[in-house]
Amino acid sequence: MKFSVMVNEGPYTHQAADTAYHFIDAALRAGHEVFRVFFYHDGVNNGTRMTTPPQDDRNIVNRWSALAVEYDLDLVLCVAAAQRRGILDADEAKRNGKDGDNIAPGFRISGLGQLIEAGIQSDRVVVFGG
Amino acid sequence: MLHTVNKSPHDSSSLRTCLSLAKPGSDLLLIEDGVYGALSGSIHSDTIAERLNSVTIYALGPDLKARGISEDRLISGIKVTGYDGFVELASGNDKVQSWL
Amino acid sequence: MSETKKFMYVNRHAPYGTVYALEGLEVVLIGAAFEQDVSMAFIGDGVFQLKQGQDTADSDMKNFSPAYRALGDYEVNCLYVERESLEERGLNEDDLMPLTWEDEDDDWAEKKSIHIVSRAQLSDLLEEQDVILNF
Repeated sequence: MKFSVMVNEGPYTHQAADTAYHFIDAALRAGHEVFRVFFYHDGVNNGTRMTTPPQDDRNIVNRWSALAVEYDLDLVLCVAAAQRRGILDADEAKRNGKDGDNIAPGFRISGLGQLIEAGIQSDRVVVFGG
Repeated sequence: MLHTVNKSPHDSSSLRTCLSLAKPGSDLLLIEDGVYGALSGSIHSDTIAERLNSVTIYALGPDLKARGISEDRLISGIKVTGYDGFVELASGNDKVQSWL
Repeated sequence: MSETKKFMYVNRHAPYGTVYALEGLEVVLIGAAFEQDVSMAFIGDGVFQLKQGQDTADSDMKNFSPAYRALGDYEVNCLYVERESLEERGLNEDDLMPLTWEDEDDDWAEKKSIHIVSRAQLSDLLEEQDVILNF
């Protein structure tokens, strides 16, 4: 079965990013396909490589990046939500005249259409939020 | 349809709204702070227990465990499942409604 | 993409206090380009999104309520508002923005976009959907 997942909250403040991760991990291990993970609202904060949690805690951002490599996952940060919250890739940084980018490996920035397309293409959409 | 609720019933109307809109035969999975809704002996327990004959209610085991809630404290009839079970519920139902 | 799915955007948050309503509306406006069968539901505090007379002049926030009036032009013309949620909050239909759309199949007649529905009707509508996105 083809799933897509929407993550609407950032890491650490809300458990949503953890639950979404464990759900996706379980779905992939069960042999399901995950078409796309779309990060919206504060969820885009899951995709900054500047995150530096204490050593004894989980690294939510690195965990996403590792899952993306292992399963060739499509992790998409909404561009409008990302711009509001200061999450940039190299292209966005250049376009907006910022002095650096901060997107984490395995993530990409794209438009809201990616969410609608995920809804059209997938058998199930599961939303995780605050 | 699978419904998920991730808020404590003591802090949010999500569980109440969900139960008022869920059709008989639906599945409901309590996750995150939503698992507090599974506790017996609370002011909400009777309302939740009343729906157990028409809605199958699950609570996510890892979230119960993290919060120190053992299964013997749950409302009788609520089932405990894990992330694998969550995936099965999401694929076994035709859609998922998250009461965020 | 030839496949058409029934999308429902479920709104349960009031505007301004959090960003969910504003960013949720942005999804609806972008999603309109995909020509799916789209509706919106307003439940709980979500009904406050449609309150008439929003004015953010003194709070320096973006007043996005005019964008709801544009929904009809995007062919988003089914906004279901739960009657019980309105009543619980001391509101009625007259408190909501008068949103309309023009029906090209009916000589561009102006029709209401807001439909006040009971909890039971809303429960049926939820059941009919293919994709539910929550804001």
